[in-house]
Amino acid sequence: MTEMFSAAAWRKVWTYRLTFLLGLWNTVRTAFLGLLLSVALGVIFGLMATSGKKSLKRISRVYVELIQNTPLLLQMCFVYYAFAFSGHSLSIIFTGVLALGVYHGAYMAEVIRAGIEAIPKGQFEAAHSQGFGYVSTMSEIILPQSIKIILPPMVNQVVNLIKNTSCLYIIGGADLISLTYSFVTGATTGGAYAPAYLVSGLLFFIICFPLSTLATVWETALKKRERAAVPKDDTERMVEEA
Amino acid sequence: MKELEGSLSMLKNEAILAYFFKGILFTIILSFLAVLIGVLFGSVLALIRNYCTKKGTRIFKWLACIYIEVFRNTPLLLWIFICLVFCPCPALFSRKMFGLTSVETKLLFKAAVALILFTSSVIAEIIRGGLNSIAQGQFEAGHSQGFNTVQTMIYIILPQAYRNVIPTLLSQVITTIKDSSYLANVATIELMSRVKTILASSYNYNGTGTVNVSDVFVLFGAACLVYFCINFTLSCVVRRMQKKKKKVAEPRREEVPSVAL
Repeated sequence: MTEMFSAAAWRKVWTYRLTFLLGLWNTVRTAFLGLLLSVALGVIFGLMATSGKKSLKRISRVYVELIQNTPLLLQMCFVYYAFAFSGHSLSIIFTGVLALGVYHGAYMAEVIRAGIEAIPKGQFEAAHSQGFGYVSTMSEIILPQSIKIILPPMVNQVVNLIKNTSCLYIIGGADLISLTYSFVTGATTGGAYAPAYLVSGLLFFIICFPLSTLATVWETALKKRERAAVPKDDTERMVEEA
Repeated sequence: MKELEGSLSMLKNEAILAYFFKGILFTIILSFLAVLIGVLFGSVLALIRNYCTKKGTRIFKWLACIYIEVFRNTPLLLWIFICLVFCPCPALFSRKMFGLTSVETKLLFKAAVALILFTSSVIAEIIRGGLNSIAQGQFEAGHSQGFNTVQTMIYIILPQAYRNVIPTLLSQVITTIKDSSYLANVATIELMSRVKTILASSYNYNGTGTVNVSDVFVLFGAACLVYFCINFTLSCVVRRMQKKKKKVAEPRREEVPSVAL
């Protein structure tokens, strides 16, 4: 713990600041590309789950259950080693994007499915009766309504995705945590444990804290609005019944 | 084809199987232990964060707040690395036990501490959600019956809060089982790291003298199956509980307008 206050250790961290910035850049890059892939997969499988067609529903279910019930680390190792031992080595970042995208895609699919299912069935029927096709029903009526239900948990998933970039370590990663670890254990750079961990933890915190706070605040606001809306519905029903 | 047979024959090797199953056992024990201690520690954190709002005790609230937010917003792997360096290991855990060397038990203890610390911050938020779902009237009712604050908590609020969050806690067990695979990063003794070890030395066992791609599929496939069976069973239980809860909650909601009329 003493190196926490030693100026030499902090100077070492400052000298190698580019290592941390490179790690941060790799983490952000991987997370961003992984996010794009996961949202794409999430939309596809989320729509499949709510399509009402049994076969599509089943495919989406299998994907979600298989991915959500196995660890990301296992999937990442699997992708990396399967390609490596069959002679097509993938780059670490690419493996990371692929594994993170597929893993969080399953969570995104669940979030999107829940968002669409929260919209009352009458909306679908009303759209159909007005001559809307599937695509225009979804894009003009259902999705604009469900987006406010979808976004808060999606932001939470983004936070998890950023944290999960640390999984890259097991395949010899290039992300912030891996570079920090190789910095503190390196032959020429080693020793400055406390300052280095503090810096990399702080970098993660600076990115993740605003996002997760946003998600929490947003979700509470949404719930409050819903609760405020409930009595109105009841009175409406009472008026109708009377 | 010969390679695949070689890989499959590894799963018939008794020594490898014993090694593998011990890994499963460690994963399960570690995860349940982490959640159990996490519930205890998390409850304390949640209670402090929610109810230490008086002037003198507000500092504890902020401490709990900082703890929860810091652990929630940084990766588990960072905490594993930090604990490996800074966590003191009591003499009880720095010797040979469970068929592990003293270095391995030390590693296991330190990594487990990181997992527990991390899990308890998540569980604290879950329990806080349960506490927040209890109506204010319950406190007032408790006080009006002569219960003091501690008694109200123990006999009235906490039992209801726990009952509300049991499904969420169970899904946290799933997450923790998955998170425990992070321990493989520091070569601790659990399923994931054992699979990696077997893979690294599989050329000794599969009869072909090299590590083949079929080994990757067979070994990771087996581990995948184990994780899936455990977690899928748990998630089915969670889903059934949530359905039941909804069934109990729903008729009550419909009763409201008829009573009002």
